Amino acid sequence: MTTVITVPASLDDASFEQVLEQLAPLPPEARILVDARHARWASPYGLTALLTLAQTREVRPAFAPPEAEETASYWARTGFFKHAESLYDLQKAVRTRSAGESSVLLEITPISKAGDVHEVVGRIQQRAQAILHGELGIDAKATIGFSMTLSEACQNIIEHAGRGGWVAVQSYTWKKRLGRRVVVIAVCDAGVGFRQSLESKEGRSRGDRWDDGMALEEAVIRGVSRFRDPGRGQGLAGIRRYVGKWSGKLSVRSGTARIAIVPPWDDDVPLAERLPAFPGAQMQITIPERVPAR
Amino acid sequence: MINHIDVSVVLRGTVCDLYSNLVTRPTGAAVRAEIEQQLAEIGGRTLTVIDFTHVGLLDFSCADEIVAKLLLKYTDDGEAREREWYFLFRGLNESHHDAIEAVLERHGLAIVAQVDEGEPQLVGKVNERERVAWEALCRLGAADAVDLAEAAGLPESDAERLLDDMRRRRLAMRVEDLYVPVGLSR
Repeated sequence: MTTVITVPASLDDASFEQVLEQLAPLPPEARILVDARHARWASPYGLTALLTLAQTREVRPAFAPPEAEETASYWARTGFFKHAESLYDLQKAVRTRSAGESSVLLEITPISKAGDVHEVVGRIQQRAQAILHGELGIDAKATIGFSMTLSEACQNIIEHAGRGGWVAVQSYTWKKRLGRRVVVIAVCDAGVGFRQSLESKEGRSRGDRWDDGMALEEAVIRGVSRFRDPGRGQGLAGIRRYVGKWSGKLSVRSGTARIAIVPPWDDDVPLAERLPAFPGAQMQITIPERVPAR
Repeated sequence: MINHIDVSVVLRGTVCDLYSNLVTRPTGAAVRAEIEQQLAEIGGRTLTVIDFTHVGLLDFSCADEIVAKLLLKYTDDGEAREREWYFLFRGLNESHHDAIEAVLERHGLAIVAQVDEGEPQLVGKVNERERVAWEALCRLGAADAVDLAEAAGLPESDAERLLDDMRRRRLAMRVEDLYVPVGLSR
């Protein structure tokens, strides 16, 4: 029997939870069809999380692409289908070519080794300058910090996930919540996640409470790493500083919890727990357009 | 002896000749290993200019691997403290500076950096007293505890301790009975 998992019409980090709720009762070996026929829009988080979802299944899942030509075309331009065809049985022929989309700063790119990070950083720099400074009104100097943030986010996969993951960067107008343009970095993997990564830390003392939420607090807020080297854990701290400086938002989901550095323009909760379990770590960084002071 | 290392050349020579960005820990570790190898070929007391002028991006991981680990090893608390190696960092842009400062703060370290042809300056974990002493030492060019105490308005015992701390942290060299700030020792 195949269970149909319905993809919401608008797929982002919040609505992806609906996908996970449908998956939660199913064992990893269950046959699933991920039905995106009625999807009309997806954030980079939504798209990279769909690829990650396929990696968590023991039986190759099926995938029904969006019926709307415009949506399918956009997903193709982000590089989604190029990677999806190696992870899903696609139920309908789709164009898999990518590129040519101005809002796609970085098409979906697999990350599994240090060389991938060099490649991604090298590709993003010129376009990031045009988008961040030209379109979002952010200081040109912020471009370098943006590339550093991207680099550190990708390195989390290499250092901690234990398997490859995905990164994508897009800019778009976020009408629903903000009414402004944003640039969004999404980095998703189906690896060991923060809790298991920190459990491998030598000499770690286990308190009464130890769960995904606490692991996220330790790693994201306190900069704790599984390595004894005190120099580790600076990447996430650097991301937090960058996000704070540009009034952005950082959210990291791992296991059954999600932690967020929430800016004034957003009403997300700082820590959400008892979410449907999902392997690995999924990070989203959102930098909004600067609004000139009145 | 003064030695010059262009970090971008080391990056291209050791990791990939197409790279201009210092990102990822393995890249930083490879660059540091090559710098150490070059230094090992030179004996005795050396001042090495570590030049970042042609480096594009420097992320926190690479800053930690290259700058912090180099200092951790060769300052007086490090495993290779017997080597009298001093470093002057040049060509740091604002983003390099930010990344390096963050990792130095984390480890409680400091470096001497020179922007363009300006005066050398301390970057990293330095308290107000240490900064005052350093600036006084730079004004003097070379000093012993008596000179520094007078120039910085400090008790002589404090001046003596501060000079020794600077030497241990590789911010100043001891040349016979005097201390010379790194960056002015040319």
